Amino acid sequence: MSIAVASPGRRLPANLTIGATLVALFIVLALLGPLIAPYPFDQFNVRERLSAPNLAHWLGTDEFGRDVLSRILAGAPYSLLMGFGASAISLALGVPLGLVAAYYRGIGGELIMRGVDVMISVPPILLGLLILAITEPSLWKTIVAVGLVYVPIMTRVTRSVALGLLGEEFVEAGRARGESAFYILFGEILPNAWPPIIVETSLRVTFAILLGSALSFLGLGAQPPMSEWGLMIAESRPFIEQAPWIGLAPGVVLCILLISVNLLGEGLREALDPTFSARYGK
Amino acid sequence: MIAYTLQRLCYVVLVIWVMSVLIFGITQLLPGNVAYSILGQFATDRQIAEVEQLLGLHDPWYQQYGRWLMHLLEGDFGRSIVMQRAAGPLILEAFSRSALLAGIAITLVALIGIWLGTHSATHRGKLSDRLLTLLQYFFIAVPEFFWAILAIILFSAWLGWLPATGYAPIAESGLWRWAAHLLLPVMTLVLGLIAHVSRLTRSSMLEALRSTYVLTARAKGLPERLVLRRHALPNALMPAITVLAVDVGILIGGVVVVETVFAYPGLGRLLIYAIEHRDLPLLQAGMMVVTAVYALANLVADLLYAWVNPRIRYRASVA
Repeated sequence: MSIAVASPGRRLPANLTIGATLVALFIVLALLGPLIAPYPFDQFNVRERLSAPNLAHWLGTDEFGRDVLSRILAGAPYSLLMGFGASAISLALGVPLGLVAAYYRGIGGELIMRGVDVMISVPPILLGLLILAITEPSLWKTIVAVGLVYVPIMTRVTRSVALGLLGEEFVEAGRARGESAFYILFGEILPNAWPPIIVETSLRVTFAILLGSALSFLGLGAQPPMSEWGLMIAESRPFIEQAPWIGLAPGVVLCILLISVNLLGEGLREALDPTFSARYGK
Repeated sequence: MIAYTLQRLCYVVLVIWVMSVLIFGITQLLPGNVAYSILGQFATDRQIAEVEQLLGLHDPWYQQYGRWLMHLLEGDFGRSIVMQRAAGPLILEAFSRSALLAGIAITLVALIGIWLGTHSATHRGKLSDRLLTLLQYFFIAVPEFFWAILAIILFSAWLGWLPATGYAPIAESGLWRWAAHLLLPVMTLVLGLIAHVSRLTRSSMLEALRSTYVLTARAKGLPERLVLRRHALPNALMPAITVLAVDVGILIGGVVVVETVFAYPGLGRLLIYAIEHRDLPLLQAGMMVVTAVYALANLVADLLYAWVNPRIRYRASVA
């Protein structure tokens, strides 16, 4: 994906550079995880259970003697998948819905937008719980549920951007040429509507990671023996006094990931939204 | 204003109705036989058939839905299958505890968040502003459940100052023990939200301070204190109200998590319990209560916003 981020002579925002670097680092770690992990993530070692961080186990071991560092590395793909996978789902459904709602402003568009209004009026966790209540929990279901929860907001953002673009001259020209509605929406409006959609998506990634790991923490997402970070933190609770590192380590890594994605999102917003720097005086 | 209020009220009813269809429909898909759950594993086929007949489980879904909705409207929340008790009182008791938690939290978030945001905006670029901005960045990114774990490790495992879990009724345990059990859950709930609200208040306050009406107020020689209180703050508060309404949604999610971590017997924990034990009637009723509360909170925010903003107050046709 190549976007004209900055005109020559304008520097990239610092948070964009730092955020993108950190997120890239997480992706590399997630890909290399199994190769560089010192132990298999599910290897039991009863003799060394609950041992504090030491040279053999940099981040200590859990109640089964499993290496915490290896488990964190094995968990990185899940959190990334949660954030980017769920956002991809809400993009894939929300963007077309928003475009259609903007183009057909009759009953069809009205129906979509009223539906969106209603769904936004429901707390996200409730939608998530509702979707997850009916099936046995698993990681991919949590990803789908989180993705669906954020479809309405994506629809709303896309529609408001598309509405603004529909009045532009190049759209008029397309109509005059007799282009189809499909071509106007996806060939002309969408390429010009990306910047605000990308900014919104980057915000959604953070929320998706937060909501997804919270659901896993509640036992409604990834299931043992998976090493998802929210689940690891939940499993560490009975040993919180004698072995706090089991919960602290994945928690700190999760926070670093969230801050990185946040930085990336803020950076993208500063780079792509020309009114932003004027409004927020940076 | 009256027309606007009526319009929003109709909308709230619509939201609650749509959610009732969703909640009923989706929970109907839950695997497991309700009659079997009630009678336990030693029930005979005839007993199961009798109970199914009694509960009307063979009726078409719309009849079941109609009956369920009518009962809800009459205030009958059904019976919890697992606990073998009426769901209404259970939910009411749990809800009152959650409301206490959420009420304290949202009040603190509004007061501290707006105060910190205003402080940051009026001290822009100074050390305190930069420090707050940095802290906001950090605090927004930390999930509630991790705050909870950190709080338990620090305040109850290491320092031993506060109880890690549970709830102590004020009548039996006295004020101090009651408050001690609330302190950690409330702290966990508010940290992220305060950062969120203060950050937004800062940016909308900065915008207000650059406006022409603040320039006018200063030009006519008004003291800075009055410029802030009479002119800048009321306008900066409007976005804050919207955000607070959104934050109630996040708060409800936080309450579910925090109640689970701290074993606090509120509505969030009851919902998770109902999901884990496949307790359908309890789950449906509990979710309806949460939906209604959130819809009403949004209504209050809308009306508050309209009341503060004369452009809506005088023109009722704003959608």
